[in-house]
Amino acid sequence: MNTNHRYVRVLVLGGFLLAWQLLAVLLASRSLPSPLAVLDTLWQQLVNGELLFHLGVTLLRVMVSFTLAMLVGVAIGILMGSRKAWDNVLDVLLILGLNIPALVTIILCYIWLGLGETAAVLAVALNKIPMVIVTLREGARAVDHDLLQVAQVYRLTRWQTFRSVYLPQLYPYLFGAARNGLSLIWKIVLVVELLGRSNGVGFQLGNYFHFFDIKGILAYTLAFALIVLALEALLLRPLERHLNRWRS
Amino acid sequence: MSFLSVDLHSKTYPNSVCAAQDLRFAAKQGEFIAIVGPSGTGKSTLLNLIAGLDTDFAGTISYPPQTTLSFMFQEPRLLPWLSVADNIRLVLDAPQHCHDSARLARMDTLLQQLGLQDFRDSFPNQLSGGMKRRAALVRAFVTQPQLLLMDEPFQSLDEPTAQDLRQVLLKLWAESQPTVLFVTHSLNEALLLADRVLFLSPRPAKVILDYRVPLPRPRPQATSGLQSLQAELLHEFPALLSGLLTPPTFSQPHSP
Repeated sequence: MNTNHRYVRVLVLGGFLLAWQLLAVLLASRSLPSPLAVLDTLWQQLVNGELLFHLGVTLLRVMVSFTLAMLVGVAIGILMGSRKAWDNVLDVLLILGLNIPALVTIILCYIWLGLGETAAVLAVALNKIPMVIVTLREGARAVDHDLLQVAQVYRLTRWQTFRSVYLPQLYPYLFGAARNGLSLIWKIVLVVELLGRSNGVGFQLGNYFHFFDIKGILAYTLAFALIVLALEALLLRPLERHLNRWRS
Repeated sequence: MSFLSVDLHSKTYPNSVCAAQDLRFAAKQGEFIAIVGPSGTGKSTLLNLIAGLDTDFAGTISYPPQTTLSFMFQEPRLLPWLSVADNIRLVLDAPQHCHDSARLARMDTLLQQLGLQDFRDSFPNQLSGGMKRRAALVRAFVTQPQLLLMDEPFQSLDEPTAQDLRQVLLKLWAESQPTVLFVTHSLNEALLLADRVLFLSPRPAKVILDYRVPLPRPRPQATSGLQSLQAELLHEFPALLSGLLTPPTFSQPHSP
């Protein structure tokens, strides 16, 4: 079953690349380089270009803003899901936060805090926090009070209760928020870099755009896609499997 | 000198239904008390009040402040993401017990005694209903409670499994002699297990009969004494289990 799944993944990916290659050959256009050409550019960038540097800078921004967004979002989400009063107070702000366009937040952060690293990371985190809150609020609302009674009767400490009884019930929601979070944050980080930083993948993509260098753009995108797939396969999925092993 | 005393003037649910009124009883240390009553009369509520899970009531419930309390719920309520051993270790790591150096040895002994040693690393989902109850029993007894509250713990098990577990419970109780409050709707179960049976009225609940079980221990499951005692009780108070004390007019109540 599991190996079957893996086959399907590889097959779909291979089919996609094949279709791309065929299309590129058929069109023979400068606007659609073939996957092989892109791979070649990627390799050259990797060996003697600045790809690793820009990718590293972007990854660091992603990590910092992701951590920030998760910590703040999880805390507020749990607060709103478990305390009705706080839910009432913060709900309006949450709806505003969810619906303000990312671009507005980014521009305001740059104007108010200057074109610096703080503004960049904060802008990304601010865009993500409301979504984390919404997901974790659902989780906190669904917490099983019967199990919390067990913790109370056996006089567990607050920390024990949180770590062993409360938090495991939130794992599915945490993973949901993390997956969503990563995908959204990748996207926003690039916009932030395009608008106000002088390094990072977003900045590089901006440069390539000026020169209509499609091979460069696709090479960076490919590098990105590989990292996303690796993160999912090497970190998120194994961790999730480990935490869910009791469900089998 | 009573160990536990309950003097409940009134308990009202948030929807203003009165669950209990003037419900009073006391329990001696080491006594096994069964609480029997019609369904919906607030037996579980009573246990929740005693355990401190629900603090919204008028009256007093008192037992010594340092009492170790265990609670076995209707469902086993094991944490599904922890193995059997980790479920038990979790309550042993509570501040009350974490300095007790014999605690892990006690856990091993109990797991062995209840036939769970091969399942200590299993998750609750991998266990049968009876095995889950056994794990919950270990969790309840491993802290050596002085007060043990049990809310129909063997409900929804097949009868042979339930009988098994009743004997296990009696054995564990005899070893450490906690005071037990055992809620059940089965008169047979109550008479088999308890020193005293408290019969409750329908809502608002109060004690209508405080009955001392006149059977010696140990009591085998199929003892004829049990059957005749049950028949006798029901003959005397035919509506006892629906919470009514209406002795039939043709028979006089026993005089001492």
